[in-house]
Amino acid sequence: MDIVEEEFINPGTRMCAGCAMQLIYRFALKALGPNTILTVPASCLTVLHGMQGFCSTKVSVLHTPFATTGAAASGIVASLEEKGLADNICVVAFAGDGGTSDIGIQALSGAAERGTNFIYACYDNEAYMNTGVQRSSSTPLGAFTATTPGGKIRPKKNMPRILEAHGIPYVATANGSYPIDLYDKFKRARDIKGTRYFHILSACPPGWRFDPKDTIYIGRLATETGFWPLYEIINGKFVLSQPSKKFLDPAKRKDIEQYLSAQKRFSNISKQDIESYRNYIRDQWNEIKRRLENQ
Amino acid sequence: MTAAESTEKKKKVKILTGNHAAAYAFRHARVGVVSAYPITPQSPVVEKISEFIRDGKLKANFLLVESEHSAAAACCAASATGSRVGTATSAHGLMLMYEMLPWASGTRLPIVINLATRSCGAPWSVWDDHSDFITVRDVGWIQFMCEDNQEIYDTNFQAFKIAEDPRVFIPVIVAYDGYILSHTMMPIKLEKQEDIDDFLPPINHHINLSNISEVKGVGPVTTPNIIKRAEGTAPGYYEFRYSLQKALENSIDIIKEVHDEFAKKFGRSYGNGFFKTIKTEDADTIIFAMGSVSAQARTVIDKLRVEGIKIGLVSLRLFRPFPIKYLREFFKGKKNIIVFDRDIGYGYEGVLCYELKAALYGLKDAPFIKGYIVGLGGRDVKSEHIIQGVHKALEESEKGEISYKTEFYGLDLDKLDFLD
Amino acid sequence: MTDSKKDYQKILASVQKPVIGEAGKTGTWSILKPIINLEKCIPVKSGKPSCYNCWLYCPEAVITRTIPPQIDLDYCKGCGICVEECPAKAISMEVVKTE
Repeated sequence: MDIVEEEFINPGTRMCAGCAMQLIYRFALKALGPNTILTVPASCLTVLHGMQGFCSTKVSVLHTPFATTGAAASGIVASLEEKGLADNICVVAFAGDGGTSDIGIQALSGAAERGTNFIYACYDNEAYMNTGVQRSSSTPLGAFTATTPGGKIRPKKNMPRILEAHGIPYVATANGSYPIDLYDKFKRARDIKGTRYFHILSACPPGWRFDPKDTIYIGRLATETGFWPLYEIINGKFVLSQPSKKFLDPAKRKDIEQYLSAQKRFSNISKQDIESYRNYIRDQWNEIKRRLENQ
Repeated sequence: MTAAESTEKKKKVKILTGNHAAAYAFRHARVGVVSAYPITPQSPVVEKISEFIRDGKLKANFLLVESEHSAAAACCAASATGSRVGTATSAHGLMLMYEMLPWASGTRLPIVINLATRSCGAPWSVWDDHSDFITVRDVGWIQFMCEDNQEIYDTNFQAFKIAEDPRVFIPVIVAYDGYILSHTMMPIKLEKQEDIDDFLPPINHHINLSNISEVKGVGPVTTPNIIKRAEGTAPGYYEFRYSLQKALENSIDIIKEVHDEFAKKFGRSYGNGFFKTIKTEDADTIIFAMGSVSAQARTVIDKLRVEGIKIGLVSLRLFRPFPIKYLREFFKGKKNIIVFDRDIGYGYEGVLCYELKAALYGLKDAPFIKGYIVGLGGRDVKSEHIIQGVHKALEESEKGEISYKTEFYGLDLDKLDFLD
Repeated sequence: MTDSKKDYQKILASVQKPVIGEAGKTGTWSILKPIINLEKCIPVKSGKPSCYNCWLYCPEAVITRTIPPQIDLDYCKGCGICVEECPAKAISMEVVKTE
C-alpha cells in the first residue's frame, strides 16, 4: 500500500467510538499532507479539533461560523494569493451535511461560482449530529431524527449534482467504508486547480442507531445496495469508481432493505418508502449508465 | 521655495465623494484583501476599488462575494491568514455581517469596515441615519464617526494603525453619513504614498495562518473555565472576553497616540482625537452630536450666540470605546447639554443621549441633559430644529423640568390629512 | 484589578497547538479492548506486510502497520471495528482494564 505513514490526527480525540467521519478525516489529511490550511464550521469536526489551547490535528485550522465555510476558505485563499503562497498551500474546507446543504450552501455556491482554488469536503452523516440528531436537507427519506419523529417525508438533497451545475473541475463522492478510494481521490483532487467538491457518506453510530463495530459494514451496504455510488466527475467526465463498477449490473446490488433494516433510524419506515428507495436507486443507475454511454 | 513649501505643493488635492475618499484610503493603506458586497449608498467604494485594482494602482485581492455575511467571513479568514483586510457596507449589509462582528473582535482581527450609514428597514429606506452604526456598539469594535470627507480619508489610516497595534488588535468601523458624505464631493488632500507607508508600516499579525510551519487551531470551542495540561494552560472564554474589554478600554491611549502622531505628521487633527469642540471655551451650554448632525449644528452656534446664549458644540468622533474620562473632564462645570440623535435606542431614547448621561453619572453638579431625535430615514435636519431644541431645553433647564418622553424634530404629522 | 500588569495584552485569540490525547486517555472509555491472536493474524503468519485491515479501518489511528500490528490501548476507544474487519477473525474484544 502506498498510503503515507504519517497520521495527522493525534489519538485521544473527543469523537464517538466508531465514528466514520474521523476515519474519513484521517485519510483525507494523509492525502492532503502538511502543506494544508483547513477551515471548519460548527460541526462534530469542531469537537474533533478539541477545546481551547490544545488541538488533535497536526494541520492548521480556522474555525468559522456555521454559514461561512465557503467564504472563510475564499478569504484564506485570497490572502495566500496576495502573499504569493497559493501554489504551495492547499486550502480545504471540511463541513457536515447541515453546514453544507443547508446553512452553508450560499457561501459554498458563491465560492464555487468564483472558481475559488480550494477543496470543499462535505462529510454527510445525514443529520445535525453534533446538536443531537435533528434533520437536515441531507437526511434521507423515512429516517427518524429528533425533529422527524415520524420519519422524514422528503428524500435527501443531491448536493454533488448541485455542485456539478457550477461547472467546477472536480466533483467526487466517497464513503468512509472505502478509505483507499477516498485517499486516492483526495490525492487526485489536490493537484487540480479550481473548486473541487467531495460528498462523503459518513456512517454515524449514535445518529443512525447501530453498534459502533458496524460502522464500516453499514457504510459499505450503502454502496453495495447502489444507494451511494462512488464516482468522480473530472472536467465534466463521469468516472465510476472501482468499488462501484460492478453495481452497474442490478443483479449485483444488494437489496436496499438490508441497508435500511440494519439501522434503527429506519425501524418505522413504510413499505411505500422502501419502494421509493428502490425506484430512486434504479433511476440513479439508469442515469449513470446513460452518462457513461454518452460521453 | 522652501523644502516644506515644496512638499506642500506635491500633496495632491482631489475633489472626491466620501465613498471615493474611503477607496483612496484603502489604496494608500495598501490593503491586501478586500471582500465586499454592493449596497446603497456604499457601492461606489467597491466600484472605485475595482478600478484601482484593474489599473494596477492597488495590488489587492478583491473578493466579490455573494453576501455581506460572506464578505465579513472572508475578511475574518483573510485577516487570520495574515493580510491587511478591509471592507465597506451600509445598514442591512452591516446587519447581515452581524454574526461575524463579535467573531472578528473575539479573534482580535484588525479589520477595518467603512460604513456609509443608512437607516434600517422596515420600511425600506436607503437614506441616512445612524441606526446601523449604533446597533453594533456592543460587539467589541472601535467605532469612529466622521464629519467630512477629509476625515474619512485620514481616519482610515489611523484605524488600520490602531487596529494593528499589538497593544490593541481590535477591528475598527469608520462611519460616515450616507449620501450626505458618501455622495457629496469635497476637496481632499491626498498624501504621498511614502508618507503613508511611513505612518502605516506593513501588518505584523498575531495569528498569520499563512505560516504553516506553526500549526494553529484558531477560534475553537472555548469552555467556561481555563484548561490546564502538562503542556500548559489555556484561558477560558471569560478570560478572552475580559481581555477584549480591557484592550478596548486601554485603546483610548493608543487612539490618542495615533491621532496625535497623524496630526504631527500630516498637519490635520480632529479635536483631541475623541471629539471636536467648537466655541466651547466660554460656553456653559453645549450641543452634543455626531456626523451630519454635528455638521448642521456648527451652522447655528453663531446665531444662538447672537441671542446671548453661551453655546458651543461637541462633535463626537469616537463612539467606541466611549471616551468617558475625557467627556467627564470636558463637561465638568457645564450647565446644559442638548443632545441631537439621528438614531433611537428603541424603547428608551436617543443612544448618544443615554450614553452621555451614563458617562456623566455621579459628576458633581452634573449638567442638565436633554435629548432630541432628528433626521431618521434621511429627513432633513434643519438649523431651525436645532435652534428650537436649544430654546426648549434651556427653558426646561431653567424650570428644572426633566422629561422622560422622547421628542422629535422635523416630523410632518400635521400635514398628514388622515390624521385630522 | 490587574490592568496595570497589562495581562490582557497577552491573552489575544483562542488559539490551539497540537497535543496527543486532547480528550485525555480515551482508552478509559471502554473496558472491552481488541486483542490480536497472533496465530491467526495474516502479516504475522505470512511474515509479510500485508492485510492491515485493522490499521486501515481504525478511526482512531491507534493500530500500527507493523508485524505484528500494535494497538495503543491507552487511546483505543473499543469500537470493535477491527474485530469486524479482520478477514482472519484474529481479533476479539476482551475485558482489559486501562489506568
